[in-house]
Amino acid sequence: MKALRAFWFRPEMRRKMKFQREADPEWAQQVAQRPGCEGLFSCLQCGTCSGTCPLSIYMDFAPRRIIGLVREGFREDALGCQTIWLCASCYACAVHCPRQIRITDVMYSLKREALQYKLYPRRFPIPVLAQEFYGIVSDRGRSSEFWLVLRMALHSNPLQLLTLIGTGWRLFRTGRLSLHKEQIEHVKELQAELAGRRGT
Amino acid sequence: MTSATYGYYPGCSMRGSGIAYEESLVTLFRLLGLTLQELRDWNCCGATSYMCIDENLAFLLSARNLALAQQTGFRELVTPCSACYLCLRKVQDYVQRYPQVAERVRDSLAVASLPPLDAVKVRHPLEILFTDVEPERIRSKAVRHWHGGQVACYYGCQLVRPYGEADRLHNPTRMDELLQAVGVPTVKFALKTKCCGGSLTGTIHPVGLRLNYILLKEAARKGAKAIATVCPLCQYNLDAYQAEIRRETGEALDLPILFFTQILGWALGGDVRSLGLHRAISGRRVIDEWFPQHPEEVESYV
Amino acid sequence: MSEANGGIRIGVYTCHCGTNIAAAVDVESLAAYAATLPDVVVSREYKYLCCDPGQDLIRQDIADKRLNRIVVAACSPHLHEHTFRGALVAGGLNPFYLQLVNIREHVAWVHEDRKEATRKAEDLLRAAVRRVARHEPLEPGRTPIHPDVLVVGGGIAGIHAALTLANAGKRIYLVEREPTIGGHMAKFDRTFPTLDCAACILTPKMSAVKAHPNITLWTYSEVTKVDGHVGNYTVKVKRWPRYVREDLCAGCMECLEACVYEEARVPDDFNLGLTKRKPIYIAFPEAVPQVPVIDPDTCIQFKSGKCKKTCIDACGERHAISFQLQEKTEEIEVGSIIVATGFQVFDARRASYYGYGVYPNVYTALEVERLVNASGPTGGEVVLRDGRAPKTVGIVHCVGSRDENTNRWCSRVCCMYSLKLAHLIKERTGAEVFNFYIDIRTPGKGFEEFYQKLLNERVHFIRGRVAEVTDWALDPTEEGKLVLRVEDTLASLVRRIPVDMVVLAVGLEPHPDAPETGRIFNISCSEEGFFLERHPKLAPVNTFTDGVFLAGCCQGPKDIPDTVAQAGAAAAEALALIDAGSVETEPNTAYVIAEVCSGCKTCIPLCPYHAVTFLDNEKKVRIDQAMCRGCGTCVAACPSGSIRQHLFEDEQIFEEIEGILAYA
Ligand SMILES: Cc1cc2nc3c(=O)[nH]c(=O)nc-3n(C[C@H](O)[C@H](O)[C@H](O)COP(=O)(O)OP(=O)(O)OC[C@H]3O[C@@H](n4cnc5c(N)ncnc54)[C@H](O)[C@@H]3O)c2cc1C
Ligand code: SF4
Ligand code: SF4
Repeated sequence: MKALRAFWFRPEMRRKMKFQREADPEWAQQVAQRPGCEGLFSCLQCGTCSGTCPLSIYMDFAPRRIIGLVREGFREDALGCQTIWLCASCYACAVHCPRQIRITDVMYSLKREALQYKLYPRRFPIPVLAQEFYGIVSDRGRSSEFWLVLRMALHSNPLQLLTLIGTGWRLFRTGRLSLHKEQIEHVKELQAELAGRRGT
Repeated sequence: MTSATYGYYPGCSMRGSGIAYEESLVTLFRLLGLTLQELRDWNCCGATSYMCIDENLAFLLSARNLALAQQTGFRELVTPCSACYLCLRKVQDYVQRYPQVAERVRDSLAVASLPPLDAVKVRHPLEILFTDVEPERIRSKAVRHWHGGQVACYYGCQLVRPYGEADRLHNPTRMDELLQAVGVPTVKFALKTKCCGGSLTGTIHPVGLRLNYILLKEAARKGAKAIATVCPLCQYNLDAYQAEIRRETGEALDLPILFFTQILGWALGGDVRSLGLHRAISGRRVIDEWFPQHPEEVESYV
Repeated sequence: MSEANGGIRIGVYTCHCGTNIAAAVDVESLAAYAATLPDVVVSREYKYLCCDPGQDLIRQDIADKRLNRIVVAACSPHLHEHTFRGALVAGGLNPFYLQLVNIREHVAWVHEDRKEATRKAEDLLRAAVRRVARHEPLEPGRTPIHPDVLVVGGGIAGIHAALTLANAGKRIYLVEREPTIGGHMAKFDRTFPTLDCAACILTPKMSAVKAHPNITLWTYSEVTKVDGHVGNYTVKVKRWPRYVREDLCAGCMECLEACVYEEARVPDDFNLGLTKRKPIYIAFPEAVPQVPVIDPDTCIQFKSGKCKKTCIDACGERHAISFQLQEKTEEIEVGSIIVATGFQVFDARRASYYGYGVYPNVYTALEVERLVNASGPTGGEVVLRDGRAPKTVGIVHCVGSRDENTNRWCSRVCCMYSLKLAHLIKERTGAEVFNFYIDIRTPGKGFEEFYQKLLNERVHFIRGRVAEVTDWALDPTEEGKLVLRVEDTLASLVRRIPVDMVVLAVGLEPHPDAPETGRIFNISCSEEGFFLERHPKLAPVNTFTDGVFLAGCCQGPKDIPDTVAQAGAAAAEALALIDAGSVETEPNTAYVIAEVCSGCKTCIPLCPYHAVTFLDNEKKVRIDQAMCRGCGTCVAACPSGSIRQHLFEDEQIFEEIEGILAYA
């Protein structure tokens, strides 16, 4: 009986409490020194950013909480969340923040770090798109929507292609879907230039 | 008027889903006696994706465009896409604000033997039409009466946000004023700077759809029969996914999503094809009614 | 070395100021260095020189070591020059044998590198040692104090200060810009936290001002020029014509009834445009003085000259109305001035995301103060512009305040007045009220209890700064409403809350003309634009101009109790000045070496205080020592170098410069 109960009632419990040893204040300091992230410590946790953010309704941590997590040094939570990827870079938060914190730029910085250390949520399509886009532009200097969408779908969810057929057809019919792979003239030079300057 | 010839940076969208924007922009500028000279060998601005991966390279991409423009002798660069506009301006802002960024950018440009960027002014057509040309002149050049209905002016996010000066930050009105100058009634649209979700329609599809649904629904609720945009991505999202939104929500939304340049171009005498009006997906019925193929038969010229 | 018994003997005293100086300057080595300088007989360092034992040290050394010059390296002369001069006097020396070196503000507080800072301190000290050797004994001057006081601004601050002084028997001029006194407080119905009736406590004071034999009240007037100095100010006051003579008007208000305008058409400023008034009007029924004003911009007689002038007929025998009245300027003499010009509220249009001016049902708190007021436009009923009573109300705190994009400071009273309005609105309408706040600030007496009371009244408190107020609706419950989008930061939820009425708790800010007013009274503004007090803790109502005091919100946001306390303090400072009868003045006056003066008169028009006169017989100028303020203008301008200045003699300045430049 006891065993049965243990088997049936096993709701997944996650510890919400944090130990101070889990915080990494040095990392917070480091983030605050990156260009665009300098305002971090002046945040007054007013929530204007979350209130104005069009995506906050879907975020696991609304922008205010991201700022809170970062400045207290909770690196894993800040880098592993979906929020930073849902951010559409609309800059609404940045222009409304009463402390003029450029939250959007903080988000970018976290995204880059999450990618670098592979901490982003698995199977989340947004980082995939970013990487595909990055690949295409690094190769050819310009992006081509058709190829971008194709590559992204193939790398995340090939089935998605089926749902795209309708939209694709409508675009094609109105002459808005080009199959041409755009490329710049001095693509070799650009590639060399980019290759020499990687950094995040 | 500063100059009659402007440097022009189209951006990738103009060569794909946003082709009608380019067509109408070129036509409108021609009708106003202004020329656009395309920047040779321009490259992608990096958009939001590049910034997510490598800041150095993102800045480098934008900087290369500015450097090319400078090399060509352009003092001003017309950048119709909001994302490109933001990227180019952001690198300028960062170079000015952060010495470390300035140094990295300068180094990279030196490798490509391009001049350091300083004096190219990145401008959006909205700003040029409003400040260089001015609504009054556009009004005086209009040759057609507006026979269409009310329009909601949708500015989107990145154009007016921190690095831009195309319009006011919180309550932009220039597009409204320009359209009103050619007789187009515009509605009060509280969501005029709310983000369309950008590429979310392509990644987290339901979320992207939801954002666009909200915009469409509110515009319709305010009595708008069409939405005017300034950004190829906004236009694309609202236009291409409207059928799906209609299906998902069961609401009868069928609004044409126009570029503001199409409406102005029409008032100034442009025709359907040269303004790319035939490329619209949603609201075809309204488009056919407002912008007839043979306007001479239904319109009196002013 | 002309000094009796043994030439110049200097004592140097270096202060640690606790750790204020000692943390950034090596005080011991500085003192040791001073001991090596010429003529220095003794050099000491001490933890707090300004305290009694510190000063005793100096006094004792003067006696024991026969010192005749003292250098003190410590804080700013603003703070303790007076103290140390006292120590010299106690030791039997002339107080002007002292030279102060400011190694706190000028060195310790502005430098980080201890070594470099110490070096700079050495340089400054060396200069002072060389300078002090050239000091001469001087006698301080005295100026008598004119007993009359000017009070500028007739809000509660100005009213309270004026009455306090008048009751003490002083003559007061109270100058108010508006046609009535009362300021902001006259607009309120109730005041926090006691909810006592504002009119009941204010109007008696307003009438007392009018009735007081010692107070000359000039409303609709403005100070345009102030000359002179502490004790003797000459003030010009411009008085705009009301077109109704105050001396003849009996306050019957029949002219208002009689005006050819049957309906009031002009937006009423006092009610913030919520109602209309006629071209002839009185701000509010209890206004002081009880004399109407004619607004020439809307009066038909002024606009076309073709009015039937029914107001004049109504006034009849009294003949108080006159369209011929002209602006005039009065000139008065006073000994001290209290500036109490108050504040203005933040213009809510600047926070465009809250929709003020776009959506009619978005109000500022000041407008709502009028709505809840029993003698306001709605007789105290809270109704929307369309006449409906609101069922839900959202009060947005911190509008324009605590924001880098607008005003950075906390306006201090908005939390409390928001709570007050929440209570009044709920009481009057039974509406559901939401307060949106970043932090609730209730530090005053009885404030926290008031907050608790509101919580128990089930007013909602949502911690989050509202992002936007719009009219877009996502579902039928939001249709026709104003929707606030906000993060409920405590519940960590983004919420949309539809309401009928939005109240914006606009912050307090300086008047836009505060810099101009500051120039007139020779007082400065702090970074945010409010008038700057002499010391934030120890001289909160004084300014850097002697005899000019501050009271109320012109110095910074504060509530009525604090305003009144400050007004009382300003009055006390003025009284202290008047009762002293005279003030000591620095003997830093300029004087003429008659043999050298060529009588060119260059200096005469330059002197801002008219202290220079030409002696026709001798063909030379003379400087009146009582009128000279020591500004030094004439000293610098004199082509023949015949004007010199006490405390700033050429020799002293040259010694100082050489001392600075003589790197050891
Ligand atoms: C909406 C609101 C509600 C409030 N509710 C409360 C409350 O319930 N309880 C409370 O304790 N406090 C309250 N306060 C704060 C209160 O208003 C202030 O503490 C008080 O009014 C300050 O008085 P004051 O005399 O310094 O300034 P003011 O009231 O502003 O008076 C200044 C006067 O000076 C005049 N003036 C300005 N410039 C010149 C010039 N150059 N020459 C001549 N005259 C000039 C003005 O016309 C005005 O009459 C509230 C404030 C606001 C905005
Ligand atoms: S808006 Fe700015 S200050 Fe407010 S919580 Fe967000 S980041 Fe912090
Ligand atoms: S920039 Fe990102 S976080 Fe900021 S409001 Fe836009 S979507 Fe939200």
